[in-house]
This record gives sequence, structure tokens and C-alpha cells, in this order.
Amino acid sequence: MTGMKIKENIMKWLVWASIALTAATLAFIVLFVVVKGLPYLKPSLFSLTYNSVNVSLTPALISTVILTALALVIAVPFGVFASIFLVEYAKRGSKIVKFIRAMSETLAGIPSIVFGLFGMLFFVTFLGFGFSVLSGALTLAIMVLPIVLRSSEEALLAVPDSLREGSLSLGAGKLRTIFKVVLPAAAPGIFGGVILSSGRVVGETAALIYTAGTVAQIPYSPLQSARTLSVHMYALSGESLHVGEGYATAIVLLVLVAVINVASSAILKRANRNRI
Amino acid sequence: MNCFSVKNLNLHYGEMHALIDIHFDMKYREITALIGPSGCGKSTFLRTLNRMNDLVEGCRVEGSVRLFDEDIYTMPDVSMLRKRVGMVFQKPNPFPMSVFDNVAYGPRTHGVRSRQELEMIVEKSLRDAAIWDEVKDRLKKPAMSLSGGQQQRLCIARALAVSPEVLLLDEPTSALDPLSTAKIEELLRELRSKYSVVIVTHNMQQAAHISDKTAFFLLGELVEQGDTKELFENPRDERTAEYISVKVSAPQAACAAPVDIPARLAG
Ligand SMILES: Nc1ncnc2c1ncn2[C@@H]1O[C@H](COP(=O)(O)OP(=O)(O)OP(=O)(O)O)[C@@H](O)[C@H]1O
Ligand SMILES: [Mg+2]
Repeated sequence: MTGMKIKENIMKWLVWASIALTAATLAFIVLFVVVKGLPYLKPSLFSLTYNSVNVSLTPALISTVILTALALVIAVPFGVFASIFLVEYAKRGSKIVKFIRAMSETLAGIPSIVFGLFGMLFFVTFLGFGFSVLSGALTLAIMVLPIVLRSSEEALLAVPDSLREGSLSLGAGKLRTIFKVVLPAAAPGIFGGVILSSGRVVGETAALIYTAGTVAQIPYSPLQSARTLSVHMYALSGESLHVGEGYATAIVLLVLVAVINVASSAILKRANRNRI
Repeated sequence: MNCFSVKNLNLHYGEMHALIDIHFDMKYREITALIGPSGCGKSTFLRTLNRMNDLVEGCRVEGSVRLFDEDIYTMPDVSMLRKRVGMVFQKPNPFPMSVFDNVAYGPRTHGVRSRQELEMIVEKSLRDAAIWDEVKDRLKKPAMSLSGGQQQRLCIARALAVSPEVLLLDEPTSALDPLSTAKIEELLRELRSKYSVVIVTHNMQQAAHISDKTAFFLLGELVEQGDTKELFENPRDERTAEYISVKVSAPQAACAAPVDIPARLAG
């Protein structure tokens, strides 16, 4: 009896300790970055154009938003439609479903530098897009495709068949059933995958250096080179002169990620108000 | 006039012979109850009547199923058939949208666009399903926020909104509490003046209480079909007699007694 009690207490302490450790790690990283970066967070860091004196992050910030949006605009439709095919049209457990699933799992396990290399050989050189936002976005789109595919596949599978039957029994066709009933029911799950993907894109460096290049400018065409905030940080930390500005950039990156998270959960909450 | 007329119906799920040589007739504006032990093919039979079995892989249907003299298995447009033959499922399955949009889903599917017309249909359907008073102030609220019993009546309203000629119900009250069950039974008794209804039920009192005709299924066969009173009091087939006597004397069936509940509530 007391043995049980002791075990329970130990478990409780272990749980609390891991929570504390996790929270402390996060707090430490944030604090470290803020302390190191805050002194360098000057207005000149936000100048419209970059030069080697102000090392402005504005072009990188804008490039991050553009590149993320472009990568998602390419990856999300492909991923969602592929998952619709896998779940709604292909026979469940058929060879093609298994094949595509194996492919996407393999794709998900490949290190991002390999995508970078592929992007450089294929988009930059072979298709002649050069080091550009387009090459970078296409490469990252391929990289996050498995995430989108997987999460929307799971979201669609989680929609009970009784909803599909309900719609079909009212005389609705398959397409209407999918777009009016199944997709809205699966939307939160799909959206979660999209947010996860945007996190991957925002945090990526390796695959971008070889595809989008590292020019610090606001891209006015998809064929121009640009660097995202992460690449910008990588570049700054490589130059011993601007490590402090690198930390300041990290603060901005953290804020950006926080904004994405808060905005997405707000959107989810809004959407959920109409269902539960 | 026969609303449904089924002849020589055989249905296979792959190797399994699930419905064997079914003959079944149903008159216009009658309630027919399908009874029988679990796994005897009641749901399967119900689903042949609006071709929901088309969705099941490896399912083969032979024989003729006629709806007002039209063979439904040669109809080119399944969606038209399903508009005419509505269905309500065992578990309430409201769509993840508002109460209003749930009921308007069917009419919209079949091309009704005018807001005014939709509002009219929605109100009428909700009234017919005896749930209007409970939801009229929350039409914009998500359907999932209703109680289980309300959700099931909403599903009935949703089915009624496309003005079907026949309504198929597969154990519509088995997932509900006695109070909601009583409400839905009340509702079904009212519906029989306007619709032809086929209802699957495990509850003998329910069958006796609400139906005009009863059909008894056993192991994929339709053993006996007739007037409900007749079938319960003087079953022609001894298998029917045995099933009914066991079911009616079973304790859980006896204490369900849905007949008493509305009276008690009224008092
Ligand atoms: N999709 C399916 N594939 C293969 N066999 C099925 C399928 N659906 C039902 N069956 C089988 O067909 C038989 C009849 O099933 P059905 O669901 O019609 O029974 P039921 O009378 O409705 O039973 P219950 O009262 O439990 O709902 C059962 O033996 C069942 O296992
Ligand atoms: Mg059944």
C-alpha cells in the first residue's frame, strides 16, 4: 500500500520535473535571445533597404512572408487534393494508396539539405529559375508536401462515414459531399498541418541557401533571389561583426512565429464555434 | 397502390448471401416496421430501398425493387431516387454546420437558392419534425450543440426537407433516452398521415405502437409480413411466434414500455 503511494509520488515528481525542465528550457532560450538581442534592436535594423552597416532585417522579413505564402500556395492544394484522392476515391488499402503513403513517408524523412541540393540541380539549373524565390518556394513546397498530405489524410479519415452517408442519402453527389460536408469537418486538422508546414518553412535554412540564394533585398519578382529571416540570421552569425544583430533578428523571428501561432488558434476557435 | 414492391430480391456481400429471395409490399402512406434478431438483414434490406448499398464494395443486388412501378435499380439518377426516398440513421449524424444549414442542405442540393423559399422549407420541416419550438431561436447555432434527441429530430427534419415520398428509419431511437424516444415515436405517428415510412426497430412495443404493418426477418429471409396487430396476436409462422414471445417477455423489453411515457409526462 505504501509502496503504491511512494510510486505514485515518484511519478508525480517525475511528471512535474519534466514539465519544469521543458518550460525552463524554453524560457532560457527566449531569455537568452532577448538579453543578447535587445540592445541591438534599433530602428536602423528595420530600414527599408539592407546595407552592410545597418544590416536591416526588413527585406528578410518581407521575403519570409512571401516565400512561406508561395510555398504553401503550391503545396497545400496538391497535398489536400492528393489526400482527397487517397481517402475518398482510391480503394482503401489498395496498392496505389500504400505506394503513395510509402513515398510520402520517405519524403518526410529526407534531410532538408538533400531537398536543397535537388532544388538547386532541378529548379535553379535545369529549369533555369536561378537562385530565386520561385526555386526556393518550389523546393520547400516539395519538402512540406508530406506534412500537408499526411495531416489532411488523417483529418479526412477521422470524418465519420455517417456524415458521408447522411449527405449521399439526401441525394447529394460525391463531389458535393466532399466539398460541403467532409472538407469542412476535416478543416481544423488540415489547417493544423498547414500551420506545421509554415513553421517548417519559416525555420528552414539549408534548403534555401542553395535555391533562393542569400541576397538581402525585397524581391520584386519571383525570379529574384531573397533571404528569409532564418537565412539572414545564419548569414549574420557567420560574420563576427554582426552577431548581436543576429540575436535581434531572432527576437523578430520568435515574434513572427508567436503571431502565426496565436492567429492560427484564433482562426481555429472561430471555425470551431460553428461546429461544436 | 403499392409504394414499394420488392420481388425475388437477393443480395450478396461478396460470398455472403445476406438477403434471400425477399418478397415485400408496402402501401402508400403506411408505416411498416422491420423486426428480427441482430444480423438478420434488416438494415441491409432498408438500404436496398434507396440504393445506399451501392456504396458497399462487393455488394451485389438481384431481383426487382419497384417504387411506384419504377425499377429503382435501373434508374439512371440515384440522386433523384434518394431525394424521393429519405433516410434517417441509427446514430444522429448532423453535419458540422448550423441548424438552419443542416435542414437547408437537401433543398440546396436540389437547386433551391432563394433565401425566402429556404426559410419556408426549413421552418416547415422543423415543425413537421416537432422540434421547431426548441430550435427556432438558435437556427444559426451549430447543430452539434443540440442534445442527442434533438439532433435525431433535426436529422428527421433534414430528411423531410426534400419532401421525400418515403422515409426510411434504421433504429432511429436506439441511441436515445426514453424521453427523446417517446417524442420521436409521437412524431412518427403523426408523420404517417403524410409519408410512407419503413422503420427498423428492436423494440417490440415500438413496432406495435407505431406501425400499421410489420415484417419479420430471420437469417436473411423475410419470414412473415402482415398487419401489425395480426402478426403480434396471431403469427402464422412459428418462428415469428417464438421470436415475439421471447422478445415481449424479456425484462428489458417489458420495462421500456414507451407507451406510458407521454401519458406520465402529460400528467
Ligand atoms: N458492408 C458489409 N459487408 C459485409 N457483410 C455485411 C455488411 N453489412 C452487413 N453485413 C452482414 O450482413 C448481415 C446482415 O447485416 P445487417 O446489418 O443488415 O443486420 P441487421 O438486421 O440490421 O442487424 P442489427 O439489428 O444488429 O442492426 C450480417 O451478417 C452482417 O454481418
Ligand atoms: Mg441494423
